[in-house]
Amino acid sequence: MKEYETKALVDNLPEVLAFVDSQLEEVDCPMKIQMQIDIAVEEIFVNIAHYAYENGPGPATVRVEITHEPLCADITLIDNGLPFDPLAKSDPDVTLAANERQIGGLGIFMVKKSMDDVKYEYVNGHNMLTLKKELVKK
Amino acid sequence: MDIKKVLDNDTLTVKIDGRIDTTTAPVLGDSLSESYDSCKNLIFDFAGVDYISSAGLRILLSAQKIMSKKGEMKLINVSSDIMDIFEVTGFQDILTIE
Repeated sequence: MKEYETKALVDNLPEVLAFVDSQLEEVDCPMKIQMQIDIAVEEIFVNIAHYAYENGPGPATVRVEITHEPLCADITLIDNGLPFDPLAKSDPDVTLAANERQIGGLGIFMVKKSMDDVKYEYVNGHNMLTLKKELVKK
Repeated sequence: MDIKKVLDNDTLTVKIDGRIDTTTAPVLGDSLSESYDSCKNLIFDFAGVDYISSAGLRILLSAQKIMSKKGEMKLINVSSDIMDIFEVTGFQDILTIE
């Protein structure tokens, strides 16, 4: 298990994704799955950067745990900002025409759709959102 | 991300290379805003796009809303991985993809 701690700033997104990618590349994660994981991590990290802290940016930690048989990644994003469950939001209607579609609400929906499992917990003052994804092409 | 724009009569072709994410999507949005007045049709060449997050989808949705009032918008050379994202989010029904 490896962790990377940084400030919850959108500008730090590239370094967060570089850390996640480095962990996935060690186990030869297929490119498509790496992209799906990167998108999911981006959505969650950017949410933290935008909404978790009221008074300036606080810390965000990204934890990557690789398990084997089957090869799988558990990626947890942790902040100690305001308690917030991003999964509680209802899904956007993805069947509406362009003019009726709202700009936004798609990020979390993409996370739910692309990961095998997504879990939110609030533990000891920490928001913990865990993404689970099998690293094998289906 | 790199953006190349070519205007041919009323048709603007925007060729994008790289990742359209939270940090790069605003650059694309600003670049499009500069060009909406000069074109009736908009083509996005996605041959070099290997990543798009919801920030990028929002830019495409805004562009579609603007262009549907004045002309046509389409995407060309979309990879299968990016197509999967459009399918999951229902964007394949909103966008014209060739």
